[in-house]
Amino acid sequence: MTAFTSADWWALFAHFLAMSVLAIGGALAVAPEIHRYIVDQRGWVDDTQFSAAIALAQAAPGPNLLFVPVLGHAIAGLPGALVALVGILLPSTTLALAASRWGERRRDTRGVRAFVAGMAPLTIGLLLSAGTVLVQPYARTAGAWALMAAAVVLSVRTRINPVWLIAGGAAAGAAGWV
Amino acid sequence: MTHPMTARPQSPAELFRAFTVLAMQGFGGVLPIAQRELVERRRWLTREQFAELLSVGQVLPGPNIVNMALMIGDRFFGWRGAMAAMAGILALPLVIVLVLATLYAQIATQAMAAGAMRGMGAVAAGLVFAMAIKLAPTLKKNPMPLALCGAAALATWAVVGLLRVPMAYAVLALGGLLVALAWRRLGRTPP
Repeated sequence: MTAFTSADWWALFAHFLAMSVLAIGGALAVAPEIHRYIVDQRGWVDDTQFSAAIALAQAAPGPNLLFVPVLGHAIAGLPGALVALVGILLPSTTLALAASRWGERRRDTRGVRAFVAGMAPLTIGLLLSAGTVLVQPYARTAGAWALMAAAVVLSVRTRINPVWLIAGGAAAGAAGWV
Repeated sequence: MTHPMTARPQSPAELFRAFTVLAMQGFGGVLPIAQRELVERRRWLTREQFAELLSVGQVLPGPNIVNMALMIGDRFFGWRGAMAAMAGILALPLVIVLVLATLYAQIATQAMAAGAMRGMGAVAAGLVFAMAIKLAPTLKKNPMPLALCGAAALATWAVVGLLRVPMAYAVLALGGLLVALAWRRLGRTPP
């Protein structure tokens, strides 16, 4: 949080504006790219803070997209949170409103259907990438791998509320297993 | 698009309240709760309207649920409704998550807190992988062959997740190619 210049503010805002446009399939799909920029390239937050932001957003009520203002908060306090949130929302909300008025009747045209079909595999690949980026800070502990595997299995096989899985992870971590 | 069975919100303020209630119930994703609350309980939308909005929301960038809130609000009260619904879904959860983040930052140096956060982080990673796994069966309905879809998903994973290539290039190159392939496929078989 040291010496955040006005150029940095613009860079932060512009980054999240761009991420908003790319976030087909939700904000988690752009998590790898956000990580590449704010952790690897800028060094504004570290790996652990990045994963913590996503864990917090999943543990708290509301859309998972809220990991974005949490990251903004870690980078530059409350103003950072607001800049990040407005950035990630502005382009996508403008598009959503325009599309809503443009009409669902064009939803079945060949162009729109080709777009949906073409982007579907990409979205899955991006989610796998996001998981990879998230597990990175813990990659050296066996306990973390076990927890992650348990979360995958329980989430795929059961309809358990994810908040219990997160709470279980917190308990296991506090007990020193990770 | 009125339906005898559907009700409607009385004001943007009611939209705001409804979406706040909805967001507060949604841990780790709000969509399943949205369906229950908006279709079954409040009857603001029919099941078909909900599915329609969802499919439009998925084409668009941005979180599905925020896009859906915007479109639902817009349908009832224009842009004021859109803003009210979006604010409802974001405002209170934003305050809560920032309070949690602040609390965590104050205790992050303690071993137990740091351990708890590592545990939560590992689970969060697992939840994201699970999301990808749960979406995978939808590829069976894709107009492109399943093997090609799987290969494309794995290629995206390799390029973005492992090689860390900037995502814009990956989306433009891989996405462009896939959309073009899907376009050709859709032209060949009548829908």
